[in-house]
Amino acid sequence: MQIATVVNEAIDTWIAICPVKHILPFTGVAALLDGQQAAVFRLASESDCYVIGNYDPFSGANVMSRGLVGNKGGIIKVASPIYKNTFNLLTGQCLEDQSVRLPTWPARIVDGIVQVAIRNR
Amino acid sequence: MFDEPAHKTIVVVGNGMVGHKFLDLLIRRGAAQQYRLVTFCEEAELAYDRVNLSSYFSGKTAAELSLVPLGLYKENGVEVHIGDRVIAIDQTQRHVVSANGLCIDYDSLVLATGSYPFVPTIPGKEAAGTFVYRTLQDLDSIRDYATTARIGVVIGGGLLGLECANALKALGLETHVVEFAPRLMTVQVDDLGGSLLRQKIEALGVQVHTSKSTTEIVSSDGKVTTMRFADGSELRTDMIVFSAGIRPRDELARSCGLALGERGGIQIDEQCRTSDPHIYAIGECAAYQNRVYGLVAPGYAMANVAADTITDPTTPSRFTGADMSTKLKLMGVDVASFGDAFKSTASAKEFSLFDALAGTYKKLVVSGDGKRILGGILVGDASSYGLLHQMMQTGMVVPPHIEDLLLPPRAEGIVAKSLGIDAFPDSSRICTCENVSKGAICGAIREQNLSTVAEIKRCTRAGTGCGGCVPMLTDIMKSEMKRAGKIVLNHLCEHFPYSRQELYHLARIHEIKSFDALLDQHGRGLGCEICKPAIASILASIWNEYILEPARAALQDTNDYFMANMQRDGSYSVVPRIPGGEITPAKLIVIGQVAQEFDLYVKITGGQRIDMFGARVDQLPHIWKRLVDAGFESGHAYGKALRTVKSCVGTTWCRYGQQDSVGLAIQLEERYKGLRAPHKIKAAVSGCTRECAEAQGKDFGLIATEKGYNLYVCGNGGIKPQHAVLFAEDLSEAQVIQYVDRFLMFYIRTADRLQRTAAWLNHLEGGIDYLKDVIIGDSLGIAAELEQEMARTLEAYQCEWKTTLEDPQKLLRFRHFVNTDQPDPNLVYIEERGQKRPAFAHEK
Repeated sequence: MQIATVVNEAIDTWIAICPVKHILPFTGVAALLDGQQAAVFRLASESDCYVIGNYDPFSGANVMSRGLVGNKGGIIKVASPIYKNTFNLLTGQCLEDQSVRLPTWPARIVDGIVQVAIRNR
Repeated sequence: MFDEPAHKTIVVVGNGMVGHKFLDLLIRRGAAQQYRLVTFCEEAELAYDRVNLSSYFSGKTAAELSLVPLGLYKENGVEVHIGDRVIAIDQTQRHVVSANGLCIDYDSLVLATGSYPFVPTIPGKEAAGTFVYRTLQDLDSIRDYATTARIGVVIGGGLLGLECANALKALGLETHVVEFAPRLMTVQVDDLGGSLLRQKIEALGVQVHTSKSTTEIVSSDGKVTTMRFADGSELRTDMIVFSAGIRPRDELARSCGLALGERGGIQIDEQCRTSDPHIYAIGECAAYQNRVYGLVAPGYAMANVAADTITDPTTPSRFTGADMSTKLKLMGVDVASFGDAFKSTASAKEFSLFDALAGTYKKLVVSGDGKRILGGILVGDASSYGLLHQMMQTGMVVPPHIEDLLLPPRAEGIVAKSLGIDAFPDSSRICTCENVSKGAICGAIREQNLSTVAEIKRCTRAGTGCGGCVPMLTDIMKSEMKRAGKIVLNHLCEHFPYSRQELYHLARIHEIKSFDALLDQHGRGLGCEICKPAIASILASIWNEYILEPARAALQDTNDYFMANMQRDGSYSVVPRIPGGEITPAKLIVIGQVAQEFDLYVKITGGQRIDMFGARVDQLPHIWKRLVDAGFESGHAYGKALRTVKSCVGTTWCRYGQQDSVGLAIQLEERYKGLRAPHKIKAAVSGCTRECAEAQGKDFGLIATEKGYNLYVCGNGGIKPQHAVLFAEDLSEAQVIQYVDRFLMFYIRTADRLQRTAAWLNHLEGGIDYLKDVIIGDSLGIAAELEQEMARTLEAYQCEWKTTLEDPQKLLRFRHFVNTDQPDPNLVYIEERGQKRPAFAHEK
């Protein structure tokens, strides 16, 4: 088992999402995190997962998990399937509009299970 | 801030095209920081595009015609005095005085006062209803008066007169042109060219009267009613516009004693300096060697020289006269005239081609030895102007068969090959308005990595004047791109330095079956939302393997990934295939039952099938289980693939039907279903010439005849509707299938990403004739190969939904959340007209 690194003092709960094998390389799935919708993406390896908000502010639909993953130069990004706005997968920053940023959550893989950290209220 | 002694003052009198160009050049050189710049603009508008003035009547606004970008003067500290004009120059004190009483000191004074329209002395010319054609204000007056007029006459059949006639016609007037000389455009064209031009203009509904000298303008109640001519004839009219030439506005120079040209105009030297070295004159008010240039390009050249001379007295920049060659489109008629068009060189010889069928006249004047072009005239088709003009300017030796230069270009034209843009030296001036050489354009393309004509225009300013050189810019760009080993504008994205067409061939020839392999061998990075679906489509077109295999699933746009069409709220719509639009009552009932059971909104599509909206991802497999069980297949409404083959009922029921259009539509739809392409493909079959299936608006369409079918290709609805083109007539069903197989495969092989067949044809070199050669004549020798490829692709067809339902692993993806079975709580529906629709944000 990997030792969990504390990413943020305020984080104290890691939620198990699904086996990482259930996410195809370079695709995403949606997850419900304590009432909030998140999009969990996996890159090539089974230890490389990123989590951003599932809500696409440009269309008002919860669809980010169904976007296509890619890169623009050094930035790993995902494109919304509705109006194709793209977002930095690591920071949630919209690449076309500086004023828009999706929330992000820390993620890790423990025993082949994707875990996402949420803050305690 | 401008009073510091370090700042010298440049005053520009006149803010027309040339006055503005001068300021614009100074600003571009950063001179706005070193000089105090002041300009007077007599008109109410800053500089506007006078060359295209008539477009003001065909819908362009004053703002669109403006040449001064908003804020340009303000940001660069240029003082503008709109509606004010300079009335006096004090050469000893070096200041100007304006009509509004301003007194401004200058270090350099630039006169760019332009010209005024010449109005011949004709008795009665003061009556109401007479106009000139030069300013936006003139056009406003003409437009106002025209509302009460039925007939309008333009006096003067020159370049501007015909422009003006076009404007009157645009206002809906019965339009006449009266010309003193025996032909139109005497300066530019000869008798033969003039007569052809006249024919063409008369065919457009403008009446032309030549050899008419107006002796009197008769009016009644102070308004123009009739014109009388020297030959005793008369012409009734409600208004008259004078367009009988221009005269330089040199009154200011005259009043302060500057030297003038023999026939007017402010005399200038090679540096555009007047007889007072602190005063310059540029544009139509200036006379160089007693000649006034009434075109914008020489004016721009003078502006350039004056700007150089004032900011850098050591500049070698000189104005030594200008090429008066012109190319224009008058009422849609091409006219061009260049060099020694009238064979004034003693030993010169003429070649000409008068094609009464095509309505074209082309004349070349060549040197006595027949080796060099000295000038020429083109009427009806001036597409070779750029080439011929460049050959003249660069003194290129003409090809052995000079007639090749006059003949219309053919698909593999001799001229196109041996005398393309590559044959020109770097020194050739491509844009004469902005004085940009071929070398400068090529350099900019290479150094700044330009790949579109728009970018070339922005960076070099070439093509921003009259626009006549834009086709040559396109050629230069293509040539440069080719030299750099690139294909114009068609790299798929940053991950693949190839066009879609090239990637298609790489995948096909090297038998590449996965995105990863293609990326490894020919790309870089991870890919993106542009290249992933495009390559998924290419792989599907070639191999037609199941799209949701793990290696391919991550490439699919959400529509292909869930095999349904995502709607604005993130839910999906479902379209089962209904080939040819024919459906049994039993199947129709199943659709109704499914829609009712899953609470789906139902709408009939334009392609004769039924779309069910509002399905959640988790519902999709359940919906499709029902549909597949009832014998439905995927309609591929979600894919860039064959959509529908629409049909009318044909001989099945219709009393006018010539053939079994439904039968053929079903056969075609069954044949090509699941075929993935660069974009969606729509088709139709009509049973008779009444064309109820609208086959002429489709990517391919068939219209039944007594003997078989006429095949139409490359039609389109959408943003820019385009009629399909007749491709072949009276085909048997077997021939239809053979041609459509070849046609579709050729399109799939060669089109760009997301390029429909209509746009593809528009970009296909050689157009429809070339396409016919390839598909029908097999000119490339690939017809059999295309058919084989199609056969292989069609053979691999499977109903993607059926395959998906059979694999429990694949069904796992059909849920909104991976960690709970709960559906998306954000899907909210409102009832409207008895069905549901997604709520808008304010309704949630």
